[in-house]
Amino acid sequence: MSEYMLEMRGISKSFPGVKALDNVTIKVRPGTVHALMGENGAGKSTLMKCLFGIYKMDEGEIYLNGEPVHILNADDALHKGIAMVHQELQPIPERSIAENIFCGRYPVRQVGPLKVVDHKRMYDEAYELLKQVRMEYDPKAKLGTLSISQMQSVEIAKAVSMSAKVVILDEPTSSLTDNEVEALFRIINDLRDQGVSIIYISHKMDEILRISDDVSIMRDGQYVGTWEAKELTIDAIIAKMVGRELTNLFPPRDNVPGEPILELKGVTSILPNSFKNVNLTLRRGEILGLGGLVGAQRTELMEAVFGIRNIASGEIYFKGKKVTIKRPKDAIRDGIGLITEDRRGTGIFGVLSIADNVSIASLDQYVDAGIVLNDAKIEKLVSDNVAKLSIKTPSSKTLIQSLSGGNQQKVIISRWLANNPDILIMDEPTRGIDVGAKYEIYQIMIDLAKQGKAIIMISSEMAELIGMSDRIVVMCNGKVTGEVSGEEATQENIMHFATKFN
Amino acid sequence: MNKAKSLDFKKVISENILIIIVLLMVVLVSILKPNFLSLNNFSNISVNTAVRFIIALGISGCLITKGNDLSAGRTVGLGACIAGTLLQKPDYSGKFFPNLPQLPIWLVLLIVIAICCIFGFINGCVVSFWKVPPFIATLGMQTIVYGICLVYTKAVPLGGYRKDYTDIASGKFFGVPYLFFIAFVFGLFMWFLYNKTRHGKYMYAIGGNEVAAEVSGINVSRTKIKIYVLASALFAVAGFLLGAKAGGASVNTGLSYELEAIAECTIGGVSTNGGVGKVSGILVGVLVFELLKSSMQFLKIDTSWQYIVQGAVIIVAVALDLRKYLAKK
Repeated sequence: MSEYMLEMRGISKSFPGVKALDNVTIKVRPGTVHALMGENGAGKSTLMKCLFGIYKMDEGEIYLNGEPVHILNADDALHKGIAMVHQELQPIPERSIAENIFCGRYPVRQVGPLKVVDHKRMYDEAYELLKQVRMEYDPKAKLGTLSISQMQSVEIAKAVSMSAKVVILDEPTSSLTDNEVEALFRIINDLRDQGVSIIYISHKMDEILRISDDVSIMRDGQYVGTWEAKELTIDAIIAKMVGRELTNLFPPRDNVPGEPILELKGVTSILPNSFKNVNLTLRRGEILGLGGLVGAQRTELMEAVFGIRNIASGEIYFKGKKVTIKRPKDAIRDGIGLITEDRRGTGIFGVLSIADNVSIASLDQYVDAGIVLNDAKIEKLVSDNVAKLSIKTPSSKTLIQSLSGGNQQKVIISRWLANNPDILIMDEPTRGIDVGAKYEIYQIMIDLAKQGKAIIMISSEMAELIGMSDRIVVMCNGKVTGEVSGEEATQENIMHFATKFN
Repeated sequence: MNKAKSLDFKKVISENILIIIVLLMVVLVSILKPNFLSLNNFSNISVNTAVRFIIALGISGCLITKGNDLSAGRTVGLGACIAGTLLQKPDYSGKFFPNLPQLPIWLVLLIVIAICCIFGFINGCVVSFWKVPPFIATLGMQTIVYGICLVYTKAVPLGGYRKDYTDIASGKFFGVPYLFFIAFVFGLFMWFLYNKTRHGKYMYAIGGNEVAAEVSGINVSRTKIKIYVLASALFAVAGFLLGAKAGGASVNTGLSYELEAIAECTIGGVSTNGGVGKVSGILVGVLVFELLKSSMQFLKIDTSWQYIVQGAVIIVAVALDLRKYLAKK
């Protein structure tokens, strides 16, 4: 056995105008969890795509268990023993768990001249595999009936069934609850004990320090180094990732909350398992954090305030007046904006320009003679916002999909600011955004609060919730279970409320 | 730097390969058959292009919002038939409505548009509120409109049109057919609509990301209904003009025009993935297709083979479009 299970040596990859990877080397020991870290755009996913043959690397070599290998595509990688559990799982929800595990390589038996799928063997084997990932579940069940964490376990079972030697987990915990994270970690530890090497890509520092043996850090397409996890601290990792000491993750909050602007009284969803009897007050100039586990119905509640979801009972008061919000247009009219959690899925218009993306929700303001859009006014709006929020873009005609996550988020913030809203609801405002851009977004939030706007921030990052909120309302299972002020907030007291299921 | 430039050049060629092939074909045909370049042929092509362009403009809105309108051709046919029944010569022996008084042409046009818009409105509502995939919704509508056309005309072919009606298609202004100007005006109108109005911006936004459009406060249903109604209105106009051009109409007028219109839009860069498409591109797409047909006619290629070529061009056009999209991933 070689000293390293997987070695990628001197990997370089250029795209027109960008050197995405510059002589990157990473060595993964057998039976270890190896964390790969870096800001967005540091080259982690490019490196993994080179490993899977999705990108052809310009230079470099890959060794698997000491042997040089040449990987053609993801399927080839799988057959050589390298499996990836992707950030966005791509399962077939309408088919059974077993079929998803054995997709493309169903066990067959001979019936006369035909080869037919051997269902019994498939289900039996699938059952055994599921047991290995600590899942006692009927392999005949439709995959779509599982939770995201269970689907992940199925993906891992699939990797196990291919007797993978290297398993890559890309942001595996981004949508898991704490219990599910624990379950995943148990599976990871099992795999490690079996001698499997795991490459673990995540932005969550505390997890990295808990689960990994080695940590490799990348910055701007370059390899910074590899350390043993026990030598590292969160601050040390951040410093290595950004290449400078970040003394403060959050800008100082100097906004002052004022009078109430939005009140929810007994707001209840039309769906039985969603939010119930929610009372909530939001003040001008306040950043209100909305904490809770995934599934606590925070997003659903805010979507109801914005008119995307329906409420069965309860009242919403805006500036002291009762309002009815049936669709987003009503909310926008009342001065509410919503930045959704899934930026790519429900936020940006990828194929449209920055200008279109900024102006789309406020076009009514730029109409001349009742019908003609005034391009000059739109251009001014866009250039003002590009300057004010320091959006990094070559021009206002650039397609938004070519910008980084942080800049896309700033474009969406601009879209709402164009309507001069009183309330901005931000659902996971910094998800998938690198450390530097996060700080800028925080500063924008504080500036808005100082202008008297009220912000509701849903966040699953504890540090962000505690660092940015004047007040934190915690939900669990559709109900508000507690409230803490920003000063008193700790991970412990938030967690206490977030898990208060009764 | 040089390398990047040559890459771009390659990209330009591969993305416009159909247009380049057709242009080469035009050059070839002009050399082989010199009267291909005659003024007469150009006026001929422009007349054909005019009607097709109006249909393609209509369907483009549906395509840009990731929809479709397969009832286009049948709506064109119904429009042509309604116009035909209302604009026959008073002394024509086979007159459809023997006692019909002489109606003003503009009134007939309005009637045709109004009736066709009903079907567009239904298409839009079915797509928006019942969430039936546009492909299926308008496929059903295609059959319904055909049936209505059969019921209405009793499958009798129409002819004997008034001269003031057929003049719209045959008339010329300084040697340029009226149809050319009409198409130009519609093109200008649609360009304005797509680029300078809220409706246009909302249309591109819905095509780009429907959920995000909803979240941005856009009334998606209303915008889609407008798009399908406008499409039917344009099909009605096209049918009206087509009848004038042909001097007659039957239940088979406009058959499968939607497929050509979709192909023309796609060749002209309207993406089947939504959110992308320009009026100028659609014009190029229509011209390319009409030049292709005209070239094949000049080369005396058997009509049966022309269909095979046209079908292949449609598939290749969509394949190339999707390739552009896939390459981005």
